[in-house]
Amino acid sequence: MRKVHTQEITKNIKEMCIEANYYLSKDMDYAMKQAFETEKSEIGRKILNQLQDNLKIADEEKIPICQDTGMAVIFMEIGQQVFFEGDFLEDAIQEGVRQGYREGFLRKSVVKDPIQRENTKDNTPAVIHYSIVTGDKVKITVAPKGFGSENMSRVFMLKPADGVEGVKNAILTAVKDAGPNACPPMVVGVGIGGTFEKCAILAKKALTRQVNEHSHIPYVRELEEELLKKINGLGIGPGGLGGTTTALAVNINTFATHIAGLPVAVNICCHVNRHVVREI
Amino acid sequence: MDKYINTPITAEKTEELKSGDYVYITGTIYVARDAAHKRMIEALERGENLPIDIKDSTIYYMGPSPAREGQVIGSAGPTTSSRMDKYAPILLDLGEKAMIGKGKRSPEVIDAIIRNKAVYFAAIGGAGALLSKCIKKSEIICYEDLGAEAVRKIEVENFPVIVVIDKNGNNLYETAILKYSNY
Ligand code: SF4
Repeated sequence: MRKVHTQEITKNIKEMCIEANYYLSKDMDYAMKQAFETEKSEIGRKILNQLQDNLKIADEEKIPICQDTGMAVIFMEIGQQVFFEGDFLEDAIQEGVRQGYREGFLRKSVVKDPIQRENTKDNTPAVIHYSIVTGDKVKITVAPKGFGSENMSRVFMLKPADGVEGVKNAILTAVKDAGPNACPPMVVGVGIGGTFEKCAILAKKALTRQVNEHSHIPYVRELEEELLKKINGLGIGPGGLGGTTTALAVNINTFATHIAGLPVAVNICCHVNRHVVREI
Repeated sequence: MDKYINTPITAEKTEELKSGDYVYITGTIYVARDAAHKRMIEALERGENLPIDIKDSTIYYMGPSPAREGQVIGSAGPTTSSRMDKYAPILLDLGEKAMIGKGKRSPEVIDAIIRNKAVYFAAIGGAGALLSKCIKKSEIICYEDLGAEAVRKIEVENFPVIVVIDKNGNNLYETAILKYSNY
């Protein structure tokens, strides 16, 4: 058994919320630079160039990359040999978010109730996904999610007979509909299989995978490559103003499913695809 | 084509703007998102006046992040315009001439653009840090309780936007894609 104090969780989450909103992770940064090199449209290149300037200003002048600093999504992978000392874990996580959004001058974009819509003024609660894993470490992934792209995400309950072609169509449909609304170039997170809610979580988790990494399942990897090509052939381009860079990556996660179903979730993310990972 | 224009953006000026033009705006514009639009429309329904001078106005759909000490405003990029589609035709009919946001608009908004010789610009989504540098002054003029969604009046200098829908209804989101599909 290993003791972890919840104060440490709070401190890390606070720092991670800030870090995620001021600096793009290395994989995303590299993908954005590559996109500028390969983009064919003039206006597309101009926009990608300005997005480079934007990242520089965000870093140097401590202004968030995007004003939508997101709803904080947090994956907690907790080794089963970990024992938490201190406060209730969930409170410690929410406190980290609260401190991060306050001290980092991040926008408070969360309302307490979906219908009554009163701002909580501290960006809590975060959406937290817990899982118990082997070992004595705690792996934390903080992924603040903007809603321009979140709103364009979809779940499709396909039939087994729709097969892989149905899956491709679903993904292309979601990306086409998202178009300029999702601040392309996008990152497309896909979950295939599981149940209605499971595929959505798989898709969300897929967005936290490095954009230069592929699935280790050969057919899934091929699907990722094929879809990226197809998506970039849609012509949407940077800002949706036409071009050859519509997506930077398609990340697909799969899971077992029921004999009668083929759930597919497409979680669209913009070029401000934020993910910070730490292991404690 | 690169163009430089000053506010107020009048019908004479929108005459010159074509879908696809790259435009740098200088002058005073308003900032409002959906919660503020909803309140403005409710005020109109109650027979009250609008809190902004709507004639020949430009409204930027944006909700900034908080400013640090010494900064005029925090990150300040566009939000998705479609959430304003329900309200925009009413404001356009009252004299609003230009909207700045990102993303598609409804057929009703496009009709209102044509009817009023207005224009829809896109600012670069996700470039909030860069765009904040073009904002020289910012003041909240009403609905302060809405926080990031309060209505602001801002002064911009060479604020970069692209004409997406011009006064004739030409829509860059539709035409540009055709050019690069299966490129
Ligand atoms: S979709 Fe992404 S880049 Fe666009 S406004 Fe939202 S968080 Fe920012």
